[in-house]
Amino acid sequence: MGTIKTAAMILCIAAAAWANPASQPLSPTNIFAPASTPADMISRLSSLVLTVTGLIFLIVFSLILWAVVKFREKARSGPGEPAQIYGSTQVELAWTVIPILIVVVLLLATVRAIANIQNAVAPPSAVEVTVIGHQYWWEYRYPGSNVVTANELHVPVSDPSHPTPTFLKLLSADTDHSFWVPRLAGKTDLIPNHPNSTWIDPHETGLYLGQCSQYCGVQHAKMLLRVYVDTREQFDQWIDHQKRPAVARDGAIEGRRTFESTACVNCHTVSGTAAAGKFGPDLTHLMSRDTIGAGIVPNTRANLRRWIQDPGAFKPGCLMPAMGLSDSQLDSITAYMETLH
Amino acid sequence: MSTASITVSNPSSDRRPLVETLHQWVTTVDHKRLGILYILYALLFLIFGGIEATIMRIQLIRPHNNFVSPEVFNRMFTMHGTTMIFFVAMPLVFGFANYLLPLMIGARDMAFPRLNAFSFWLSAFGGFLLYFSFLGGNGLYGAGNAPDVGWFAYAPLTSQTFSLGHSTDFWVLALLVSGIGSMGTGANIIATVLCMRCPGMTLGKMPLFAWLNITMGGMVLLVISPLTAAQLMLLVDRYLGGHFFDAQAGGSAVLWMHFFWIFGHPEVYVLAIPAFSFVSEIVPVFSRKAIFGYPVMVAATVAIGFISMSVWAHHMFTVGMTAAGNIFFVFSTMAIAVPTGIKIFNWLATMWGGKIQFKTPMLFCTAFLFQFLIAGLTGIMLSAAPFDWQLSGSYFVVAHFHYVIVGGILFSIFGAFYYWFPKMSGRMYNESLGKLHFWLFAIGFHLTFDFMHIPGLLGMPRRIYTYEPGRGWDIYNLIVTIGVAFQAAGTLVFIGNLLWSKWRGRAAGSDPWDAWTLEWSTASPPPSYNFAVVPEVKSRRPLWDLKHPEDPDWHYE
Repeated sequence: MGTIKTAAMILCIAAAAWANPASQPLSPTNIFAPASTPADMISRLSSLVLTVTGLIFLIVFSLILWAVVKFREKARSGPGEPAQIYGSTQVELAWTVIPILIVVVLLLATVRAIANIQNAVAPPSAVEVTVIGHQYWWEYRYPGSNVVTANELHVPVSDPSHPTPTFLKLLSADTDHSFWVPRLAGKTDLIPNHPNSTWIDPHETGLYLGQCSQYCGVQHAKMLLRVYVDTREQFDQWIDHQKRPAVARDGAIEGRRTFESTACVNCHTVSGTAAAGKFGPDLTHLMSRDTIGAGIVPNTRANLRRWIQDPGAFKPGCLMPAMGLSDSQLDSITAYMETLH
Repeated sequence: MSTASITVSNPSSDRRPLVETLHQWVTTVDHKRLGILYILYALLFLIFGGIEATIMRIQLIRPHNNFVSPEVFNRMFTMHGTTMIFFVAMPLVFGFANYLLPLMIGARDMAFPRLNAFSFWLSAFGGFLLYFSFLGGNGLYGAGNAPDVGWFAYAPLTSQTFSLGHSTDFWVLALLVSGIGSMGTGANIIATVLCMRCPGMTLGKMPLFAWLNITMGGMVLLVISPLTAAQLMLLVDRYLGGHFFDAQAGGSAVLWMHFFWIFGHPEVYVLAIPAFSFVSEIVPVFSRKAIFGYPVMVAATVAIGFISMSVWAHHMFTVGMTAAGNIFFVFSTMAIAVPTGIKIFNWLATMWGGKIQFKTPMLFCTAFLFQFLIAGLTGIMLSAAPFDWQLSGSYFVVAHFHYVIVGGILFSIFGAFYYWFPKMSGRMYNESLGKLHFWLFAIGFHLTFDFMHIPGLLGMPRRIYTYEPGRGWDIYNLIVTIGVAFQAAGTLVFIGNLLWSKWRGRAAGSDPWDAWTLEWSTASPPPSYNFAVVPEVKSRRPLWDLKHPEDPDWHYE
């Protein structure tokens, strides 16, 4: 039966996805390529569960297949009904007790993983970050150092001998969201008036991707997550840099004036200037980010200008309106943005 | 056993004017006609829901596709989910229960025929109200048309702040109205099974179909009420200044989740248990054996009914419950695998040693066994909360519950269609077309839903109208969409077969499958009074006793 073959295929491919090491990435968001303790614990539990369920599948599948092949009506089976069997207490007991034992094993393994991940206590060396979900972007606050940034989270790598995990406090400014970077940890929802937390301790530097995984409105699909895992030195430098207010530079005075005299400042902050809006991403160090629009396009001059002109061109339904700026206004504001390193 | 004395009367269908015929259908309180109305109504909505699914799959065929706007995509997945659960699956199982229960327990109608008609028309009105939102959802604000809040409509997205216009109101009212209809039918099923059984049919001698459907009826009563209450609370929030779910004013978004899933998870079993009831009738007849372990099957069913009331928060492992809370719901969810496994083993044991005839209904039921096994095993994966922290809200979950609802429930419903079509219409369906339907649909199902698991494992969330290239998701999404074409072709063959057979099929006779339950002892289609003489039974398989007087069942039960 074709159904059988294809049904078996899923487990094979799942196994392939699971066995495939991160070196030849099948996907940058593969849950079986963990790079952090919580994701690793989950991956190990998942392997156990997949093995057990895979074995159950093989056994029951073979039994069904056997019944289908062996007991189908054949021309030579002759007339008359087969023997009528109404049940058997022993057999029923067997297939009640064995599944109960399997469930107990899986339950214990699961309980251990839950306790290890959920009850982890932040060591004094931990970095704390507050993540605030907004309709359709991420705000990151580092309460220890007064840094506020958006969409690109920076955390230090955590050396297992001197762990520096990052503990994330998860809040929402509007609807429900969910923080999911599969290689670092399972997802946790951001729910208004219901603070949550999660933690990660990435073992390798690099960029880790993910995205919002709780439907939050029109642009739920374009609320991407980028987590940059830096070396400790890079991270400290990054924090130092982000702490500073914006530096006024020549050549962008006109753009700054336009920016500060339009509605931009109602939503955006550029620290050290009159712009102190809270509804949109903090722009103080916009140019230190690789992407704009919550990770959807590279942060280039052309993309930036097009975004300012009409955000809906990239992200229809996003809450930033097209401001109806003239070409010269667009040029000057883009030039100003480009000075915000 | 008095089946032999039933005078089979076959009222010739005299020609009446169309208006009069329609009037009879609209005013009918006959359980068989209401059953058929439920089924036809569900098939109509199946087409709507299928079109919505197809639109989504075309949009997702490649990354950054622009087939529909994000707004339209969000309406499509909301309407698809709501339609398929409330206006396809529920009316289908109610339709079969309505049609078959009185026939199987030797009754002349349901316990409350007028309540039955009332319930059907409420449900039907609910469906049409939901679809009227495409026209009326704009409301005074000029915002939105069809609902776009997702089928579980999490707060606070449903508040006035985030859902302008009336689209969410249509969603709320449609479910409120159809939910009241469902509760009416649930009460009616319970009363019918408890009070209308023919002489000799003790609870222990009912067909499994009756046991499973009374369990379903009880669950409907218990679980639709919290959903209805939540809808009323949401209306209070939206129009009377309430703050139940309004997080900004101290309300709780999590409260809505609890209300929804205390309905939502048992609802899966409200649909699955009737599916089990079809399989429990079809597998024995086509294996030519009595059901294996009847008392255990009954116990397992009732156990599933009870346990399923305590598993709802496994939909909420990611919302930040305490470790103890998570562990409780891991435990209850894993526990339900035990009675469910028992059922699969009993069906398998029924086939074991039989002479299995692979007619179309049995093909669908065999595929059901395979697919429900896989659906159950992916369910165990999801029940391990940490694994769920990765898989929840991803395409793996979407694949899992479609495996349950399509691979399990819909396959068994297709089996039920072919099995009871001769009884309902008096005509045989076309076996070749039936098998063609099966293979097309099975291939399409596996292309779509086997491959849908993988992007979930690779980090693809559900409910996104487009996705980034380079995540390793592209090829799987392409295959998933290709599968839809096969499923659509299979569905067209199915509908063509029903229509052709209704008018051109050969006469079925009263008992085409050489089956054993009471519905096969009366004419096909049955007369309005079902049985000329109310039958009397001695065992669970009265027609077996009749056909094998030398070796009747009641010697063994």
